[in-house]
Amino acid sequence: MTASPVIRAKGLNLTFQTNDGPVHALKDVDLDVSKGEFVSFIGPSGCGKTTFLRCVAGLETPTGGELSVDGMSPEEARKARAYGYVFQAAGLYPWRTIGGNIRLPLEIMGYSREEKAERVKNTLELVDLAGFEKKFPWQLSGGMQQRASIARALSFDAPILLMDEPFGALDEIVRDRLNEELLALWARTEKTMLFVTHSIPEAVYLSTKIVVMSPRPGRISDVIESPLPRERPLDIRDSREFIEVAHRVREGLRAGMEAA
Amino acid sequence: MSDTAPIAAQGAGVGRSGRVALWARSLGGGLAPVLTVVAALVALWYLACIPMNASQSVLDASRAGIEVTPASPSDRRGMSGTALALQNPGVALSNAYVQDRPKLPAPHQVAAELWTGLAGAAPTSPRSLIYHGWVTLSATGLGFAIGTVMGILLAVGIVHSRVMDMSVMPWAIISQTIPIIAIAPMIIVVLYSVGIQGLVPKAIISAYLSFFPVVVGMVKGLRSPDAMQIDLLRTYGASRGEMFWKLRLPSSMPYLFASLKIGFAASLVGAIVGELPTGATAGLGARLLAGSYYGQTIQIWSALFAAAILAALSVGVIGALERGLLARMGMRR
Repeated sequence: MTASPVIRAKGLNLTFQTNDGPVHALKDVDLDVSKGEFVSFIGPSGCGKTTFLRCVAGLETPTGGELSVDGMSPEEARKARAYGYVFQAAGLYPWRTIGGNIRLPLEIMGYSREEKAERVKNTLELVDLAGFEKKFPWQLSGGMQQRASIARALSFDAPILLMDEPFGALDEIVRDRLNEELLALWARTEKTMLFVTHSIPEAVYLSTKIVVMSPRPGRISDVIESPLPRERPLDIRDSREFIEVAHRVREGLRAGMEAA
Repeated sequence: MSDTAPIAAQGAGVGRSGRVALWARSLGGGLAPVLTVVAALVALWYLACIPMNASQSVLDASRAGIEVTPASPSDRRGMSGTALALQNPGVALSNAYVQDRPKLPAPHQVAAELWTGLAGAAPTSPRSLIYHGWVTLSATGLGFAIGTVMGILLAVGIVHSRVMDMSVMPWAIISQTIPIIAIAPMIIVVLYSVGIQGLVPKAIISAYLSFFPVVVGMVKGLRSPDAMQIDLLRTYGASRGEMFWKLRLPSSMPYLFASLKIGFAASLVGAIVGELPTGATAGLGARLLAGSYYGQTIQIWSALFAAAILAALSVGVIGALERGLLARMGMRR
């Protein structure tokens, strides 16, 4: 983790012009993310965590400051397909099978026929959906659909994975299992993960680094390096370290709210 | 994760058997109410024939020497059909369904005329409703095809170009506020003056009516993908063309078929209206016109029903295409 940062934000600002006047979605955000880190963004609604992720993805253009992704501008990184993006909803195309959905980015990126088949098979195995290639999305449960959407983001093997509350709509039990699987996936693929969440336990359980954000204007109020080991069974959540980190996150959130 | 597999398989099974059950229910449980409504309408129709045809019924009876009240034709002139039928119930009932040119033909008279038209003459003879139906259907089909292609092209332009969005849509809407009965003769006369007649002018009138629902439906359909789905393709660096073929077009299919059904019905109306002002000798419109010239009400009604049957069959075909395509696309559950 000593390599130069994969994502570097310096004095990042983004102001939306709305009918009620300008809204400061991001204010002076400084953040470095190294290769292979798992970074969670946590904070109340309107704190700019999703906006920051969209800036990294080149879906929003910052109004000030610097942002580089994999050594490129976000726009270039988007064109270079440097990242996979997982949205809040699975957003699978209902007219495509699970395999067809995972093939979608590969078609656009112009992979060969054999390579497409190969990658679809591999990513389906990676998210434990082998055998579901020919099913349509409606034949799968919500958790399985979200796994398929993760597979879709992984299929072209981008070095960065951006996830915007991917498990927000799922129930706690499914969510726990998917969190565990996500960690295993991360260990296997060694990708750099940026993960937006509302849930403190989720953020603490998953991350090597937790970025606490606060609203109006959206800014970073604390960055916590997690002391937890990389190998994390689910019951680590009952350990003293885990509870201490969770406590610090909660403190950070409260401080941010009071300052606002 | 092996524990999730049976769950999904079960879900899939429920979906399928549920579909079968629904089918069976709509067949068994759906037929009775439909038949009840049809029977009620037919009964109402038969009932309405009595007062509608009463004045002719009473006139025929008095000419045949039967005593009617009031006896003088001049006294009867101002009376309503209902009043006449009430004063001469026997005559009004017995003569209501046997007239040659009733004001309101009875269902069985229309059905008999329809049957003669469909089966009583060779399909190539001008006495055949199949012949007239084909003449109208070919103009409808051509117009429908032109209208659909135009409608889709306009919708694609409107969705992709702000200029077209601002400029074309208002004109498309204005075009539909002009009564077709006013513009159809103009189209026919103008095209005749440049030497085009027959099928094409009728098809153009059809297209004029049918492009509109396709434009409206397709604009809505092509815009139906939400922001997230568009963002997803942007993260892949997809071009506008890829966005169209992989997302917008497939998303718009359910909207397209809804529009096609409306568009086809409008096309048929357009073709029939297109047959009226030319004094055409062939086509369902010509049959309607000829029937009204000579007071052949039964002929008018049979032509009307032929048009309705044609529309129902065609819309049924479009519906079958829709089901086939959406099932292939996995969008029908």
